[in-house]
Amino acid sequence: MPGEPLIYARGLTKTFGSLRAVDAVDFSVTRGEAFGFLGPNGAGKSSTMRMIAAVSPRSGGDLRVLGLDPDRDGPTIRGRLGVVPQEDNLDLELTVRENLYVYGRYFDIPRRELRARIERLLDFAQLSERADERVEPLSGGMKRRLTIARSLVNEPDLLLLDEPTTGLDPQARHALWDRLYRLKAEGVTLVLTTHYMDEAEQLCDRLVVMEGGRIAAEGSPRALIGRYCTREVVELRFGPGESERMAAKLTGLGGAGVSERIEVLPDRLLVYTDEGDAAVAAVEALRLEPVSVLVRRGTLEDVFLRLTGRHLVD
Amino acid sequence: MSSRALPVRVVPPGMFGLGRGRRLIERDLLVARRVWWVPLSGIAEPVFYLLSIGIGIGKLVGRIPGPHHTTIVYATYVAPALLAASAMNGAVYESTFNVYFKLKYAKIFDAVLSTPLEAVDVARGEIAYALLRGTFYAAIFVAMMAALGDLVSVWAVLALPAAMLISFAFSAVGMAATTYMRGWTDFDLVQLVLLPLFLFSTTFYPLSTYPRWLQLAVECTPLFHGVSLVRALTLGQVGPAAAGHAAYLVVMGVIGVVVASRRVRVLLLE
Repeated sequence: MPGEPLIYARGLTKTFGSLRAVDAVDFSVTRGEAFGFLGPNGAGKSSTMRMIAAVSPRSGGDLRVLGLDPDRDGPTIRGRLGVVPQEDNLDLELTVRENLYVYGRYFDIPRRELRARIERLLDFAQLSERADERVEPLSGGMKRRLTIARSLVNEPDLLLLDEPTTGLDPQARHALWDRLYRLKAEGVTLVLTTHYMDEAEQLCDRLVVMEGGRIAAEGSPRALIGRYCTREVVELRFGPGESERMAAKLTGLGGAGVSERIEVLPDRLLVYTDEGDAAVAAVEALRLEPVSVLVRRGTLEDVFLRLTGRHLVD
Repeated sequence: MSSRALPVRVVPPGMFGLGRGRRLIERDLLVARRVWWVPLSGIAEPVFYLLSIGIGIGKLVGRIPGPHHTTIVYATYVAPALLAASAMNGAVYESTFNVYFKLKYAKIFDAVLSTPLEAVDVARGEIAYALLRGTFYAAIFVAMMAALGDLVSVWAVLALPAAMLISFAFSAVGMAATTYMRGWTDFDLVQLVLLPLFLFSTTFYPLSTYPRWLQLAVECTPLFHGVSLVRALTLGQVGPAAAGHAAYLVVMGVIGVVVASRRVRVLLLE
């Protein structure tokens, strides 16, 4: 079915009692794409993922996954999905190899075929040497790699990853990204949720930012930065309590066309600009003498914070 | 890997229309291989009862009236009841403690439900596995009864299938009940139910011993029907009542499967 999206959602809604966890969202994912859901905790990312994974019936709207209706064709859809849940739910009573074996059997994969796949997956997950050990004592990164290997046992058309690297150390994260790149290069369609902006920028061709159950923005990481942020950001740090006063003096920068927007934070000022060096020169011309000056690229994190706010979400 | 697949082959595909639920049995057998000694404790209990009460108290009681104007030793009277109880115990331990652990802590079913398996497969698979454990206990017990000469009728060949029916009924209701458990303390209630069932279901003396009101109460409880069925078979006193006992257990099991499936869906597929 070339051309037909792998996932198609229109007005997709999930309610829990009076809470609208997912509130009439529209999106579609095409074959071979790496698609991301970004958003703070409680934005509705995981609820959306569970509906796509055909383990949570939708409360309203249209949803097609692999051209099928999850309410009616759940087992068929799940048979062609790979799922990496937010929290590892490996079978701790089994060994690494047995985890892959038992999980593969859930998909009715014949034993001989399964054994061949397991060797490849152990190699892919860099776990061949731990294959016959129990899962429980493995490190977090190893468990995560095993969970990803497990999700591939049925050679899925679509891989769903819910916060794949949350809680991992930097080495483990990079090792995992490397595995995900390889899958992407092999043409596996990836759908992931994350609240790591670097992860989204690294992995996603296209993403949506979710907030309060709705989609706040959609596009490629570059396009989103172009639309909601500036090319560069200048971070100015002044002495304690001086931010507000200094911000007032900087308002002229906007009029001079140097800055699009200035954001005042308790400890620093952010000057959003397309020409960082020009903005720094303008600040120096005003003789404000900040404690420190940092010019950096606009990032997805800036987009994210602009769209979803800086308040804490618990 | 060939040895790994071995326990799996003892389960014929499509057993009792298990569908994909049999994949869970494969999983459970793989785990059980590593802790093969655990069921031994479950067998020990009824065996101790049989030896201590059957033989010890049997000495005091002497011979009692049996079928067709014969007399039997007391152990022959008690043994079928203990068989029924061991079938119940094996099934209940598996379908309560172990299922609860898998449901709430190991999150086994969360992973299972993201594969083609559905809630009903989880219920059927786990109930069938608990049934297997109960059957395993019962089979060993039946072998002991045969060795001790407690099987006095040809009907006794049906004692094991009857024990499996008891296991099925208690597995199903046990799993259904487990889905309502809020914490480990709730398992004290399981003991609170099992012990009186064990003691009062005409295990050690006939129903006629009780006053009428208590007879009626006992006749409503499941293990009474299990004990009556198995005893009718091992003593060769099979009549229409046996069909009634079996029907009770079948209905109980079917209700358990339906409730357990529904509850797994409610708990994990919201």
